[in-house]
Amino acid sequence: MEKFDILIAGAGVTGGMIARELSRFQLSVCLLEKENDVACGATKANSGIVHGGYDPVPGTLKAKLNTAGVELLFEAAEMLNVPHKRNGSMVCAFAEDENRIIDHLYERGLENGIEGLSVITGDRARELEPELSDKVTKALLVTNSGIVCPYELTIAAVGNAMDNGVELKRNFAISDIAKIGEGFVVSAADGRKVQGKYLINCAGSFADDLAAMVGDKFYQIIPRAGEYMLLDKAEGVRVSRTIFQTPGKEGKGILVTPTNHGNLLTGPTATEVEHGESTETTGAQLAYVQRMGAKSVPGVNFRQVITSFTGVRASVAGGDFIIQMSDKVNGFVHVAGIDSPGLTCCVSIAKYVVDILKNAGVVLTEKENWNGTREDMHAFSKMSVEEKNEVIRNNPSYGKIICRCETVTEGEIIAALHKNPVALDLDGVKRRTRSGMGRCQGGFCSSYVMKLIAQHAGMDMTDVTKNGTGSYVLTEKI
Amino acid sequence: MINHDIVIVGGGPAGMAAAVAAYDNGVTDVVILDRDDDLGGILRQCIHNGFGLHKLGQELTGPEYAAVYKAKVEERGITVYKNTMVLDVSQDKVVTATNRDGIMQIQAKAVVLAMGCRERSRGALNTPGTRPAGVFSAGTAQKLINCEGYMVGKKVVILGSGDIGLIMARRMSLEGAKVEAVCEIMPYSGGLTRNIVQCLEDFYIPLYLSTTVAEIHGKKRLEGVTIAQVDENRNVIEETKRYIECDTLLLSVGLIPENELTAQAGIDMDRITSGAIVDENCQTLAEGVFACGNVLHVHDLVDYVSDEAERAGKGAAEYVTKGTNNSEYVNVSAAGGVRYVLPQHIHTQPKEAVSLFMRVGKPYGKVRFTAKCGDTVLASAIRLKAAPGEMEKLVIKTDKFSHITGDITVTLEEM
Amino acid sequence: MERKLTCIICPRGCSLTVAGETDSLTVTGHACPRGETYAINECTNPVRTITSIVRVENREDTMVSVKTAQPVPKDKIFEIMGMIRSTAVAAPVKIGDVIIDNIYGTQVIATKNID
Repeated sequence: MEKFDILIAGAGVTGGMIARELSRFQLSVCLLEKENDVACGATKANSGIVHGGYDPVPGTLKAKLNTAGVELLFEAAEMLNVPHKRNGSMVCAFAEDENRIIDHLYERGLENGIEGLSVITGDRARELEPELSDKVTKALLVTNSGIVCPYELTIAAVGNAMDNGVELKRNFAISDIAKIGEGFVVSAADGRKVQGKYLINCAGSFADDLAAMVGDKFYQIIPRAGEYMLLDKAEGVRVSRTIFQTPGKEGKGILVTPTNHGNLLTGPTATEVEHGESTETTGAQLAYVQRMGAKSVPGVNFRQVITSFTGVRASVAGGDFIIQMSDKVNGFVHVAGIDSPGLTCCVSIAKYVVDILKNAGVVLTEKENWNGTREDMHAFSKMSVEEKNEVIRNNPSYGKIICRCETVTEGEIIAALHKNPVALDLDGVKRRTRSGMGRCQGGFCSSYVMKLIAQHAGMDMTDVTKNGTGSYVLTEKI
Repeated sequence: MINHDIVIVGGGPAGMAAAVAAYDNGVTDVVILDRDDDLGGILRQCIHNGFGLHKLGQELTGPEYAAVYKAKVEERGITVYKNTMVLDVSQDKVVTATNRDGIMQIQAKAVVLAMGCRERSRGALNTPGTRPAGVFSAGTAQKLINCEGYMVGKKVVILGSGDIGLIMARRMSLEGAKVEAVCEIMPYSGGLTRNIVQCLEDFYIPLYLSTTVAEIHGKKRLEGVTIAQVDENRNVIEETKRYIECDTLLLSVGLIPENELTAQAGIDMDRITSGAIVDENCQTLAEGVFACGNVLHVHDLVDYVSDEAERAGKGAAEYVTKGTNNSEYVNVSAAGGVRYVLPQHIHTQPKEAVSLFMRVGKPYGKVRFTAKCGDTVLASAIRLKAAPGEMEKLVIKTDKFSHITGDITVTLEEM
Repeated sequence: MERKLTCIICPRGCSLTVAGETDSLTVTGHACPRGETYAINECTNPVRTITSIVRVENREDTMVSVKTAQPVPKDKIFEIMGMIRSTAVAAPVKIGDVIIDNIYGTQVIATKNID
């Protein structure tokens, strides 16, 4: 059986970033993921917002990690060459009682130590964002916040961790955890087993299941679905900042934001659902997203929707993050209830977890040759014509466009099939290269991409999947 | 930067016919840029027959129709850049493209846009439910089956009764799949009647009108769909919801002209056709830039694409050799039951008879189409029936040109 | 006997009515003589052209499209499809090349050139 110092359960943005943080040290680390790829849970389907930090209740872990997390996140995104932008945000009030919430958020932001906040009038808000509704009465202007591509951040963090020696095991659905003398034996549904001295539970919606396996389930994950609509790049210019409405009990409400890739995103709703895999969209919720998105920015043309999706947040009662060494089971670290602003906090959470391990006695000796940077997977698209020609001369596959909508070359797809963590399915290629992410949603390119996956991963065309076991695309060779 | 007289963007039926016509009208320095490894475009995957009856007087399959034009291109020695993707077209007619040899820039004297169209995707429909494998646009499935040789499913529901949907219902059936239903949200089919007969009725496939796919089920691979009838506003009628088990959903829910390059170039577009605004020679509002085929408006028959592309190719050749027609433009607009008419404007002194093409907004019985300038009838034609799926044509003959004194309106009257 | 049909000879899709007995059928509604022939055939011996694909053995992931050179009896469609599915060819193939000979009085021929 393979033995590691540290096992991390779950390769979402939290687990991925913890893996990267741990890869700095002379430790053997293994990341266990139940899906065929990283970033397959809440990470791949959220707003992608780096929240300013005005929202969490002062004194909570969320508040502390959010305040510390913003700069850490931008720094990591920079090093990992992941698309990010400090585009700022606005929280908009539409009525007198909401005006008071704006003042309250401003006060809370000051208390949390957030800089660059100001309260502005509706007119001033419309000067800054001309397409904003004329019904906006008051707004909180936030300047430290931004956007980041959450799945690319996770792919890059895991890739970087792997480049620094971390191992990733996919399709490792944990079915049993046995506490042994010093550490744990973790079994997967398919019979594989690994051993680790410490086990960090980053299992998102399934965190309570894992806690139960070690007999320390003191929280219940409350899965809350958030539905989104993604619009064509033609709509991506409606606003430059992320536009929020005043938060309610259900969360931060429906936002309208540009994405790092120039699309417009609106959502999420907040509905309690059965489990973490309840990622279906519903007619009623999508209609709500549309209505509330239009409330902030009335000009949005919803005929330009290119896809809609649902992400499931792994919330817990109480609302704060649960990040601690288990009281009952030494060596088991809970990282649970990571809902918003979890993405913003992923690096500060990772550092916080490293401190927990340090306090538990893990010896942290830094590697001499640790490299925290990862090459820019989108470098080609940013090059001048001369630079591109140089690349194509050396590797002609960069001259062949596979995805027309997003202008993705064969060379970029091949790179995604070889670069840690390699893409193994159509969705994996899509999240790494954006091939199939555009307005035709893979209509033209998917057959080419399937051929490339088959060729480079050494499988038959009929074994190529959309997102792992069971999601086959072709039924037989004629 | 290299120079060519005429650059044709796209080597499908429109691009090939435009290239041949340009060449035959006196401009021999014509090049075709195509993203695929062979000429023919989408015709290469349309292995069914029914092509060429109007244009070539024989019934051919898609690949055969493409081969006829490919031979014409080759006979003339027209240069074809294969595996070449056009990234940008500017209004001053610089075409930027990429292929395995690098990025090239071509200064053209005239450009013909012939990029074709793409299919509307599931995302654009916003159908609620899960996002499993097994949901294909009909054309994607057609390519996988006919060109790559792989089947995509065993139990199939098809949404949309446009021609591609109908053709794929038959194709899937022939390859042994069970097509459970074809659902059409409109109260009538958008496909040709002959296709309903030989693609559905022959295989006992039910066609449900005013019916849509309301939900998609299945986690990894599609497991089923909920279909439901819709009211006159196309809203789902809850109590008619019904589950159909299937592993495949094919979407044939409309084609969209692939006009990203046109929009990027800042060329004015028609909101209804989603293509460029053109004159009788298929010239856009950017001088020397022409558009034809499905990038201009979605056609029902390739034969008409070839006709249109020949006008564009000829127009481009004349533009290169003789310059522009300096006579004034009058607008051509659709009214009443006519949904759109092309071209959107014509010269007051056209060089030859002008064909107007239109589509109706809903099915009609016997109708008369009329093109009028003021009270003067420029052209009229009677049809026993008219349907949105079928393009209609009116010809303004040369003897009527003296009456083109102002804007033209095309209408229909029921008879 | 009276039967309503939609002509499938060309995209026009005329609505045809066939009346009378098998040996003395009369057709109305057709715009051209081909419609009349179609209607009578459809009531006596319905035929269809089959189009499909055949794998090209010596080319990777390459299919050649094929069709029956003449329409074949409608009730033989699946039998002929079975024959087509169990056939493979070797490139080069030219349009019109015979892929399967002698089936129901006609042939299956290639409709695509494979170099």
